[in-house]
Amino acid sequence: MSQGKNQRVVMIDTYSVAELTAYVRQLFDRDERMQDVWVEGEVSNMTRAASGHLYFTLKDSRAQLKCVMWRSSAERQSYIPDYGDAILVHGAISVYEQNGVYQLYADRIRPAGVGDLYLQFEQLKARLEAEGLFDLARKRPLPEYPRIIGVVTSADAAAFQDIQNVLRRRYPMAEVILSPTLVQGVEAPAQIVKALNKLNEQTDCDVILLCRGGGSIEDLWAFNDEGVARAVAASRIPVISGVGHETDFTIADFAADLRAPTPSAAAELATPDSMELRATLDEIVRALDASATTTLRQRRQRVDDQVWSLRQVSPLAQVRNARQRIDDWTTLLNVGQRARLRLLRERLAARTAALASASPSAILERGYAIVTLSESGERLASVDEAKPGVGVTVQLHDGEFKARVEEQGNS
Amino acid sequence: MSDIQELTFEVAFEELEAIIERLDSGELPLDESVNLYERGRKLATRCQALLDEAELRVQKLMDDGSLEAL
Repeated sequence: MSQGKNQRVVMIDTYSVAELTAYVRQLFDRDERMQDVWVEGEVSNMTRAASGHLYFTLKDSRAQLKCVMWRSSAERQSYIPDYGDAILVHGAISVYEQNGVYQLYADRIRPAGVGDLYLQFEQLKARLEAEGLFDLARKRPLPEYPRIIGVVTSADAAAFQDIQNVLRRRYPMAEVILSPTLVQGVEAPAQIVKALNKLNEQTDCDVILLCRGGGSIEDLWAFNDEGVARAVAASRIPVISGVGHETDFTIADFAADLRAPTPSAAAELATPDSMELRATLDEIVRALDASATTTLRQRRQRVDDQVWSLRQVSPLAQVRNARQRIDDWTTLLNVGQRARLRLLRERLAARTAALASASPSAILERGYAIVTLSESGERLASVDEAKPGVGVTVQLHDGEFKARVEEQGNS
Repeated sequence: MSDIQELTFEVAFEELEAIIERLDSGELPLDESVNLYERGRKLATRCQALLDEAELRVQKLMDDGSLEAL
């Protein structure tokens, strides 16, 4: 405090707001009575922040008290008060320095009317917890694909219908065995214990759902019974509890192997979703086919390789090779044949040319003449036939003319 | 190997998963992988049939320990 003195003012001690507020806060924090108080009042304001913290005001006819409950405590509450509720709040008084307000930092809230029940609840819970009844090590594993699902609840309760609806949609392969019981009233705890035991002794259930729909704290009270809690813990078959609503916690919940917020949720937690199972099955079948295809393809490739190698040494291959060789030779032969033909054709052309140069017209071209007897048209082949006065036709290369023999010479 | 038609979903499904694992693990003799494949297909068919035909059976446990359909 001393270093907070304002040096310029000598006469009066002054403090900054923060210093004073911190001082006031210490007054509360050091006061043991203020750190452990029960306060009774009415809830006038209740805000549940997104963070999970609860902010509310407690009041009576003459005063108000701001209260806050952190999420860590709020989560443990089986009861969340509403506007107008008369409640008992336990916690510590301190100062929220930023706003300069003192408030109650609550760690437990219970309805003022049922204070006794809450006390019983807390005491039983503490006792069983100390005994190790709620230990994680005691929790039995739940079956992945339950065949038979035991249900401990009332036969005509909506909760039982809810459970059946969920199971019908989600996992209709299961078989349900209802072990009926009252779920509220003085008879209820003993009946619940009996119903649980019967399932354990007389059936082959894989899992048990211990359920009851929502109700007031008194309605749910059978599930805070010590006998029920012990029967749940002693069950040979794993137990999922689904009692009341999200915010309701019972002793049976703590003893169960798994706590579900509602009966429907218990049915869901107990079973796999058959839609997902179908998808997984399809996937498995695809993997199976793919694996088979791959294996077969590899084997076939190997067989093909062997067959190829075998073919290379088979008699058939040799015949084929021989045939190939014949084809080659045939080709060669054909080539030889064509060459000979060409030679012949060339020779023929040469002869034809020789022949042409020996033709009569070609001789006439060179200045010779052909003489025929005009009368008979016969060729004059000898002088003897050329009697004086005989008409002859003289053919030259560009035409002919007629003439008469004048004189017959000597041959 | 037991008769597939008698298997529960859980048993069939788990054997199926085991088969996939074996097939994926690598070299098996051909006839063995063919047998595994065939058994796998049958198991998958069994599982699908169980899913398709399933109808929730609801019974009530009576005082004398007998079961009564609801």
